[in-house]
Amino acid sequence: MTTSGRRTSLRGIAAAASLAVVLAATQGSAQQPPIKVGLLEDVSGDIALMGKPKLNGSLLAAEEINNAGGIMGRKIELIHLDPQMDNARYQEFARRLLQRDKVDVLIGGITSASREAIRPIVNRTDVPYFYTNQYEGGVCDASTISIGAVPEQQFSTLIPWMVETFGKKVYTIAADYNFGQLSAEWTRDLMKKQNGQVIGEEFIPLGVSQFGQTIQNIQKANPDWIMALNVGASQDSFFEQAAAAKLAFPMGSSIKVMLGFEHKRFPPPALAKMHATANWFEEIDTPAANDFKKRWRAKFPNEAYINDMGYNAYTALYMYKTLVEKAKSTKKADLRKVIATGEACVDAPEGKICIDPQSQHTSHHMRLIGVNADHSVRVIKDFGLIKPYWLGEIGCDLTKNDPKTQYTPTNLPKK
Amino acid sequence: MHRRRGIMFAEAFSIAFQFADVFAFLILAAAGLAIIFGMMGIINMAHGEFITCGIYVTVIAVQHGVPLPVAQALGALSAGVVGIALERTIIRHLYHRPLDSILATWGISLMVTQGMLIVLGSSWQGIGTPLGSFKVGDYTFSAYRLVLFGAALGVLAALYLIFMRTGYGVMARATMQNAAMAQALGVRTERMYAISFGLGAALAGLCGALYAPTMTLIPTMGVTFIIESFVTVVVGGANVLMGTAPAGILLGIVRTALNAWYGQIAGQIGLLITVIIVIRILPEGVSGWLSRRER
Repeated sequence: MTTSGRRTSLRGIAAAASLAVVLAATQGSAQQPPIKVGLLEDVSGDIALMGKPKLNGSLLAAEEINNAGGIMGRKIELIHLDPQMDNARYQEFARRLLQRDKVDVLIGGITSASREAIRPIVNRTDVPYFYTNQYEGGVCDASTISIGAVPEQQFSTLIPWMVETFGKKVYTIAADYNFGQLSAEWTRDLMKKQNGQVIGEEFIPLGVSQFGQTIQNIQKANPDWIMALNVGASQDSFFEQAAAAKLAFPMGSSIKVMLGFEHKRFPPPALAKMHATANWFEEIDTPAANDFKKRWRAKFPNEAYINDMGYNAYTALYMYKTLVEKAKSTKKADLRKVIATGEACVDAPEGKICIDPQSQHTSHHMRLIGVNADHSVRVIKDFGLIKPYWLGEIGCDLTKNDPKTQYTPTNLPKK
Repeated sequence: MHRRRGIMFAEAFSIAFQFADVFAFLILAAAGLAIIFGMMGIINMAHGEFITCGIYVTVIAVQHGVPLPVAQALGALSAGVVGIALERTIIRHLYHRPLDSILATWGISLMVTQGMLIVLGSSWQGIGTPLGSFKVGDYTFSAYRLVLFGAALGVLAALYLIFMRTGYGVMARATMQNAAMAQALGVRTERMYAISFGLGAALAGLCGALYAPTMTLIPTMGVTFIIESFVTVVVGGANVLMGTAPAGILLGIVRTALNAWYGQIAGQIGLLITVIIVIRILPEGVSGWLSRRER
């Protein structure tokens, strides 16, 4: 070797040695990997006005949790994909989040159709899935944790009150897909228990916006009140057109006001006499709720309305945090062990809510709200904390078995 | 005796009213699309967005204190202006490329809806329906729906006058029949196309302006007019004068009857089955069949 070659090789050894020292020093303070949270929320397309608050809720919760040190010292990393209310894209993005991004937990879905589209895909993995919307109930599936309200919390409180207050004859208008059909089934079932009668039912295809014939049919049937299960901006035109035709029947719904804030979007009196049962609506006036609303509007000052979906998305991340910290693990089996103890609870802005071990659905503080003629909202009745008891009653027990099925009043588990 | 006659009259009136309502929607939604398709063979996938433009301009104008009829004129005009601008920049390169025009106008549609979502937000406060209601028998109806029916008839009459009684109309019909010959005879076909596209866009904007007080506003709302407008143009054929009105009547009858007997789903399905049957029997639509009969 020449003299310069030896100098070069000596320099090389020195560089390598110093690099090794630096690497060894940094090893000791290596960061823990982040917890990857996959979000599937529609923020463009027809349903964007409901989906945007969901993303905002997750962003707010993640920021708050990360600022407080994360979950077990690990930061939350949100990976959001926008399926644009396209069920095929929901499936494609679910696969991408689960297989490529390898998320620890999947949160999202708005319509019941999108949830049912991705539930089989999630079931093939070991990743838990949080569905954060109110819906028609009945999903008995160990992979799915349902944060939203269900019929025994919404319909079982609303319908008896509507019958007692307005009468026994109801006319249902519902969107023609699984949510609308199953919610109409629940309505028939509960009206029968009240000795009432569904005197008319109309199922409207999504995207229909002209309701002349429907309004006429309702006038001909002359019900005591209307059950409004129409979904989407096009179908919401019903309220404006009914008001223009001076249709003045009282209305009940499990989805209006709290999700799409129709009382803010339409001029009065289109939503007057609407009644709904909700675990969250922005007009709740408690210290916890007001503090939550202040924090939300500090981060998102232009939010049109903090809807139930956004609130549930926010609560879901805190619920996940509680589960992971109690289980000391992110594995689905360990989280389910915590749920089985009945101790999976959070102090949410609505109050303390817990996940029910048998059904993996969430208890909720339900309030009956009414929309006044000027579109202000008043609380008519406080039902207190209601557990999601129906699935347990009919025989769903996820601590014992996992049927991965959705049940309805006419599709019960085989005994 | 009088009560029975009263009930029969109320039923008959309500059927006529429902038909008028459906007919108005079909005609107003389709008129703009029919002109653009009839004149240039362009399938305008951004048709819904011209309607949305009319809706949003009308509503925002009313919310700034402009009286409703003026705001509606403004909505139609703004859509027309945008139409002419679009035609001069993009559409005129696509006249002999129908498939490319579908792609280009669809791309424009996506840019407009998502751009509106970013700039104006996911929803916009609506304005109420004017003119109150009236009662016939046991039914109450919105008076504004009669305005919509009147407007549909007005649009048909105006189109007849424009195409049959004006200089533009003669030149436009000549261009539609044989563009090369018309150009050889001195018709400035480029200007024809620009004006016609603007007219089609303005009619779409007018449809939006008229329906604005009755609907909820989101950026993608154009899609609720698309099925009816395309179906009417396909059944009517390329000639807006001879085809759109008969198509509106035929489809209006089908839809009203099915809506009344079996509900909205049946009405929607019936509309689409009618299209399939009509284009199987009359591939060029009603106007194609009528013009063939005249020869």
